[in-house]
Amino acid sequence: MFTDSREEDVATKEIQLNVDGNNHVITADPEMPLLYALRDDLGLRNPRFGCGLAQCGACTVHIDGQAVRSCVTPVDSVGVGKVVTLAGLGGGNGKAHKIQTAFIEEQVPQCGYCLNGWLMTAAAFLEANPNPNDGEIRDALSGLKCRCGTHYSIMRAVKRAARA
Amino acid sequence: MTINVNRRTVLGAFGALTISVVLPGHKARAAVLGAATQPPLKPENLSSYIQVNADGTVVAFWGKMDMGQGTDLGVAQMVAEELDLPIFKVFVQQGNTATSINQGGASGSTGIQQGGTALQSAAAEARYQLVDMASKQLGVPIPDLKVDDGVISSLADPAKSVTYAELIGGRFFDTQLEWNQKIGNSLFVKGRGTIKPVADHKVIGSSPMRRDVPWKVMGSGDYVVDIKVPGMLHARVIRPEVAGAVPVEVDATSVKDIPDVQIVREKGFLAIVAPREWDAIRAADQLKVTWSDSTPNFPTQAGIFDHLRNAKSVHREPGEDVGDVDAAFAGAAKVVEATYDWPFQSHASMGPACAVVEINGDRATLWTGSQKPHFSAAGVAAILDMPSENVHGIWVPGPGSYGRNDAGDAAADAALIAKLTGKPIRVQGMRKDGTRWDPKGPASIHTARAALDKDNNVLAWHFESKGFSRVDVNSNESATRDTLAGQLIDTPLKPGVGFGVPEESYGFPAKRKAWETVAPLLDRASPLRTTHLRDPVGPQIHFASESFMDEVAYAIGVDPLEFRLKYITDPRDIAVVKAATEKAGWQARTAARRQSAGDGKFKGQGMSYAQRSGTRVAVVCEVEIESKTGRIWARKFTVAHDCGMIVNPRQLTHTIEGNIVQAISRSVHEEVQFDDKNVTSVDWETYPILDITETPETIDVVLIDHKELPPSGAGEPSMRPVAAAIANAIFDATGVRIRQAPFTPDKLKAAGLA
Repeated sequence: MFTDSREEDVATKEIQLNVDGNNHVITADPEMPLLYALRDDLGLRNPRFGCGLAQCGACTVHIDGQAVRSCVTPVDSVGVGKVVTLAGLGGGNGKAHKIQTAFIEEQVPQCGYCLNGWLMTAAAFLEANPNPNDGEIRDALSGLKCRCGTHYSIMRAVKRAARA
Repeated sequence: MTINVNRRTVLGAFGALTISVVLPGHKARAAVLGAATQPPLKPENLSSYIQVNADGTVVAFWGKMDMGQGTDLGVAQMVAEELDLPIFKVFVQQGNTATSINQGGASGSTGIQQGGTALQSAAAEARYQLVDMASKQLGVPIPDLKVDDGVISSLADPAKSVTYAELIGGRFFDTQLEWNQKIGNSLFVKGRGTIKPVADHKVIGSSPMRRDVPWKVMGSGDYVVDIKVPGMLHARVIRPEVAGAVPVEVDATSVKDIPDVQIVREKGFLAIVAPREWDAIRAADQLKVTWSDSTPNFPTQAGIFDHLRNAKSVHREPGEDVGDVDAAFAGAAKVVEATYDWPFQSHASMGPACAVVEINGDRATLWTGSQKPHFSAAGVAAILDMPSENVHGIWVPGPGSYGRNDAGDAAADAALIAKLTGKPIRVQGMRKDGTRWDPKGPASIHTARAALDKDNNVLAWHFESKGFSRVDVNSNESATRDTLAGQLIDTPLKPGVGFGVPEESYGFPAKRKAWETVAPLLDRASPLRTTHLRDPVGPQIHFASESFMDEVAYAIGVDPLEFRLKYITDPRDIAVVKAATEKAGWQARTAARRQSAGDGKFKGQGMSYAQRSGTRVAVVCEVEIESKTGRIWARKFTVAHDCGMIVNPRQLTHTIEGNIVQAISRSVHEEVQFDDKNVTSVDWETYPILDITETPETIDVVLIDHKELPPSGAGEPSMRPVAAAIANAIFDATGVRIRQAPFTPDKLKAAGLA
């Protein structure tokens, strides 16, 4: 059985986005979460859908340096904010941010699906607190989820990045 | 190294060989060795496993999967070892039905144990063939040749040499292997080449860097969610709020404001598709559906264990008694008995499953994150009424699977929607699809009894499990009855029966280990259907059996470690138990110590141990408990692990650490919530897992390397002893014996925590 319902478009509008240093214009439902603009309109693959409820962090990006969950951020609310994704975290052109270098050196990920959230959140945290103790790292990364249980490796890597 | 001539003479355990070696004469030139076109992908062809590229690098085609523990790297190390190549010259291609024989996918921690050893054996044969070719080409007898870094040269005259690339680079081995006629985990192949003596190992036992880590960290590679196909539509499956309900009426006008939406319906299956993903999500949310009445009659959450106690057994596996168990209990001076409960648990993978299916005439392609792409492709073929060889399954990394998660259901969903729409389809779940609707690890109850004589010697041990089967749906995804989509288009569930028993070496004079299973709660598309969840039934069984060992020890006033060491018989078991307890600084005791950790906290130490398919693990756990709130922190874990020969110590350590953290999560937090209508665990608030603030401060891993033994598994064994070690530490800290998981503050209070 197959039904087709073709009617007039919902209200879409042109929206400007600055992502990883590049300007883009997309036409979208202003209520659409930023995640889908990044993934489907701009073809970026690093922010990932994990829950759509801001509970896990897999979709995290930076907006003006702040770690933000893109799955609950309406695309129209970004305005002139500068969005940085994992691909642009080290400045682009495949350059690694120190948190990425540390995660590679510590061989952190298992499946890696959640990784984007830990890297983006830890990078913003280390910017604000370059010399954290263990408790501060744990508190800053609280609320991110990792089902493979790589938390112990993550602690090693964040401490390594802080020393770098 | 120098060729050991004995390597070519051993035929192994397979008896008569059926090898047909096609080799040119002595003066043959490099370019005519091997075949110009690839022989068919068949288990008996060496080309199905090993290929030498034109640049001398080697590809090993693996029919299993790495789900993030680095097992593919371990396989590359095993292949590199046999071919005398540095690790950077060997690559593993995995999870593609067009290039790999079905070796069972990720399954039962057999990646190295079975999948790796098969490829190692194939690599040994490849090396044998290459040396044989070189001997003929160079006119030097095999014993007078050596191999180093892919260069075969004369020992007497090193100028006489030829490389793997010159011999067969860019062409294909055209010889055959003996194979054991077993597709799946057990597949094994063997040729005339025999594997290296352990003393010659250079690559096995080292820890090179993983190949997937840089792209995962830099975000420069595709996960299954990133696959795009021209003309692809985004789909979301609509599932009922009451389990078992099917759509009766669907109001298409309710989504008419969303462009190009299509409603897809077949019997009980309902989905919505749109060119834009956000439109499909909105439409799925907005669609008005009238559902049939359904009364799944799930027991209450609190009543699930009574349901299990009272439910009729559909299958009983009595096991084989050691000694006269009944007589021992009849004549016992004292009997110790306890029962333990374990809830349903979810795979709760980080992302709900995604799959892409494209149909082209009588053929189709599946992109999946399933840990069993060969079986998953067969499942897609079944939905599409195609022979399974017409479906090309391509594994692309997805969220970790931890057993048979929702990935297999997504593949079947995508196939059915592609069939009904005629379009390439990408389906992805929302969060509740991954938590509410994934097949679950089974709930179970366990009864343990020990018969003791008047001197407190154990005369007999009797362990019984009763639970939902571990395989309501098979962990392979190849049959329509085993997927939600298949069940919704009227393929009846045909539940399998399966559970398990403790794996240990306690030398009690009499022993009985039995299990029985009960019927599934709903016979179609149940959110509480069961299947394999990482270390299937291992955590629940060993939570019970190893908690009970402590209970018996305390009942007779003996230290739990001393009690175990009195009865454990296997030397490797004894070694892991001693290694873990020595490293952790085991504190002997004969009663709960209730030590203060300051700040209103108690601290305690507990241990447990288990075997799993040849691997042995012992753990010691230190916990802190806030007496006021009942909150537990498993502060330190010490693990001793023996899985035979260690291929990659770093990846083994990381795999164990991940197991420990996931197992703490399952012990302390995880319980699928449900009411009489449906599962109510739908997200990370209603199905919490361990947070980094609760991760142990220390995980000490002691690896015991038995180079003389074949490697056994490591993906799951360290999962199973964790819950008991925590429960035993809780007892030491508080005097409260917790016999029901998870060890939440509420359950601790119910168990007597004051």
